[in-house]
Amino acid sequence: MNFELNKKQQLFKQMIREFADKEIQPIAAEIDENETFPVESVKKLAKYGVMGIPVPVQYGGAGGDNIMYSIAVEELSRVCGTTGVIVSAHTSLCVAPILEFGTEDQKKKYLPKLAGGEWLGAFGLTEPNAGTDASAQQTTAVEEEDAYVLNGSKIFITNGAHADVYIVFAMTDKSAGIRGITAFIVERDTLGFSTGKQELKLGIRGSSTCELIFENCRIPKENLLGKVGKGFSIAMKTLDGGRIGIAAQALGIAQGAIDETVKYTKERKQFGRSIAQFQNTQFQMADLYTKTEASRLLVRSAAYKKDSGIPYSTDAAMAKLFASETAMEVTTKAVQFHGGYGYTREYPVERMMRDAKITEIYEGTSEVQKMVIAAKMFK
Amino acid sequence: MKIIVCIKQVPDTTEIKINPVTGTLVRDGVPSIINPDDKSGLEAALSLKDEFGSHVTVITMGPPQADAVLREALAMGADDAILLTDRKFAGADTLATSNALASALKKMEWDLIIAGRQAIDGDTAQVGPQIAEHLDIPQISYTEEVKYDGKSLFTIKKQTEEGYQILEAQAPLLLTVLSSANKPRYMNVRGIVEAIDKEVKVLGVADIGADESKMGLKGSPTKVHKAFSKGVKSAGEQFEVEAEEAVGIIISKLKEKFII
Repeated sequence: MNFELNKKQQLFKQMIREFADKEIQPIAAEIDENETFPVESVKKLAKYGVMGIPVPVQYGGAGGDNIMYSIAVEELSRVCGTTGVIVSAHTSLCVAPILEFGTEDQKKKYLPKLAGGEWLGAFGLTEPNAGTDASAQQTTAVEEEDAYVLNGSKIFITNGAHADVYIVFAMTDKSAGIRGITAFIVERDTLGFSTGKQELKLGIRGSSTCELIFENCRIPKENLLGKVGKGFSIAMKTLDGGRIGIAAQALGIAQGAIDETVKYTKERKQFGRSIAQFQNTQFQMADLYTKTEASRLLVRSAAYKKDSGIPYSTDAAMAKLFASETAMEVTTKAVQFHGGYGYTREYPVERMMRDAKITEIYEGTSEVQKMVIAAKMFK
Repeated sequence: MKIIVCIKQVPDTTEIKINPVTGTLVRDGVPSIINPDDKSGLEAALSLKDEFGSHVTVITMGPPQADAVLREALAMGADDAILLTDRKFAGADTLATSNALASALKKMEWDLIIAGRQAIDGDTAQVGPQIAEHLDIPQISYTEEVKYDGKSLFTIKKQTEEGYQILEAQAPLLLTVLSSANKPRYMNVRGIVEAIDKEVKVLGVADIGADESKMGLKGSPTKVHKAFSKGVKSAGEQFEVEAEEAVGIIISKLKEKFII
C-alpha cells in the first residue's frame, strides 16, 4: 500500500497549482462579485489539457487518471470554487458517461471536442419535482420514426448556459418506473432545445446554473446514450463519479480557507502577539487541518478505486459527505478567525464559506450520501 | 532546425539559507525549480518549435535529482532530454560546468543553443558565454526577443544598459535569454503523462569524452573565500523636501560618510 502520489501525479500537482495561483486566483473574487462565467479560464484550461484529464489519448484526452483529475478540481477550488465545479461537471457528468456508456461512434464524435475543451459539457437530471427523488422524472421522450421527441424541463443545471453538449434523462416509458428512464446526448443547437432562467446563487456565483427547456425537441436515435430504459442506472453511476469531483472541490475549498487562515492569524496581532500564537487558534486549526487531510485521503481512495476498476460508489459517497461537511466547518471557522474582516469581501474566506455550502447539496445532498452508505451497510 | 536548451535546477527561493558554520547552501526542504532565465530560454525554443517545427533538446548537468527539471521541460514540450551526471562533475565552477556542457554539445548536432542569462543561485551569467567560447561560435547575451525568418536569419533584440540593440545573426549561434523575454508556458497534462515514461539520456564524463582534469573541482579555478547571507539593510532616512533642499541634504550626508 502506498499513500504517496506517483511522479506523474506529483508533476501534475505542481503544474495545476502554479496554474491555479497565477491564472485563476487573480480573478476569483471578480467573477464571484460580477457573476461572470470565466470563459477565458476555460479556454486556458483547455489549452493545457485540463478539460480531458482522464480521457484516453485516442479520444483526444490527456491520458491521465482520476487521481490527477481530483487533484485538478482540488487545486482549482483551493483558489476558486466556481472554476472547480465547471471542470468537475464537464468531466464527471458529461465526458465520463460518454466514455463509459457511449458507442464507438459517439465517443469519436463527442470526446475529442469535449476533452479538448472546444465543447463544454453538462448534465440534466434534476427537475422541479425530481430532486433527491430523481426517479420521478416528468420530462418525456416519445419515439417517432428515427428520433425521440423530448418535452419537459430540467433545473439547476451546472454549466447550463455555456455548454455545447448535455447528457439528458427523460421518461421513455412512464409505466416502467425507473426502468422507463433513458439517457440522451443533446447538442445545444438542436431545434426545440433552449436554456431558461439563470439562477442567482449564494456561492459559486461565476458558474452558470440554469434551466433546460425541451419543446418537441427531436433527438436522433443515434444519440441514445446506453440502452432504452437504462437511464436511471447511467445517472446513478455517473453521479458516483461526480461525487469524487465534488468531494475534491470541497477539499480544495477547505484547504484554501486553511491556507488563508494560517496566513492571516500569523499576521493579525491582538493583545500584543499574533493570534496564531494563542492555543485556541492552534488547537482549532489542528482539528480543521486533520479533518481536511482525512477528506483528502477519502477523495484519493475513491479516485484510486475508480482508476483500478474496484467498486467505489460507497467510497465516493463517504468522500463527498465528509469533505463537504468539513469544507463548511472549516470555512465557517475561517471567517470567525478573520473576525470582522472575514465578514467583508476584502478577504476570500467569506466567498469560500458561500462556495462551500453547495457542496453539501448538489450531486446528492449529505442525506443522500448517508442513504448510499447505509444501503451498503444494511443490505 | 535543431535547438538545444541548457537548463539548471535551482532552489526555489531568493532567500537561500547558508549554514553559518560550514558556509554551504542549505538545500533541505527547499523545492527545486527550473532556473527562471533558463525557463524563458526554453519557452523561446518551444515558440520556434511551434512556428517552424524545430526539434528541442534540453540538457542539464547536475545530481541525479536534476532529472525532475528535465521531466518538467519534456512536459512543457521539449522533444528529448540529456542529464550529465557523474561524481567527477561535482564541485564544478562556471568554467568546469561550461567545459562539461561544451564537451557534450561537441558530440551533438545543433543549429541554435539557448541558455538562460544567469542562475538565481549563482548570478554569474558566465556559463552561456563560456560555452560559446569553447565551441567557437557567435553569441548574443541578454536576449529579450528572438525572431527567425524560417531559413537562416535570426533577428535578436538584446537588452543593454542604455536600451536595446537589434542584431542579426545566423546559425550556429548561442543565445542567453532573460526571464523578461516571455511568459513560459505551463506543462500540459498530456505532456506530463508522456514525460514520465520518456527516456532521459544519462551521460558521464567518459560518455562525453571530456578531459577529466577540466571537470568538477579539479577543473575549477574559482576558490570560494567566504559565503554569507546579505545582511538586512536598515530602513534608511527619508526626507520629504523640495528638490533644491534635497540636493543639499544628499551632499552633506555623503560628506559625513567621507564618500565625497
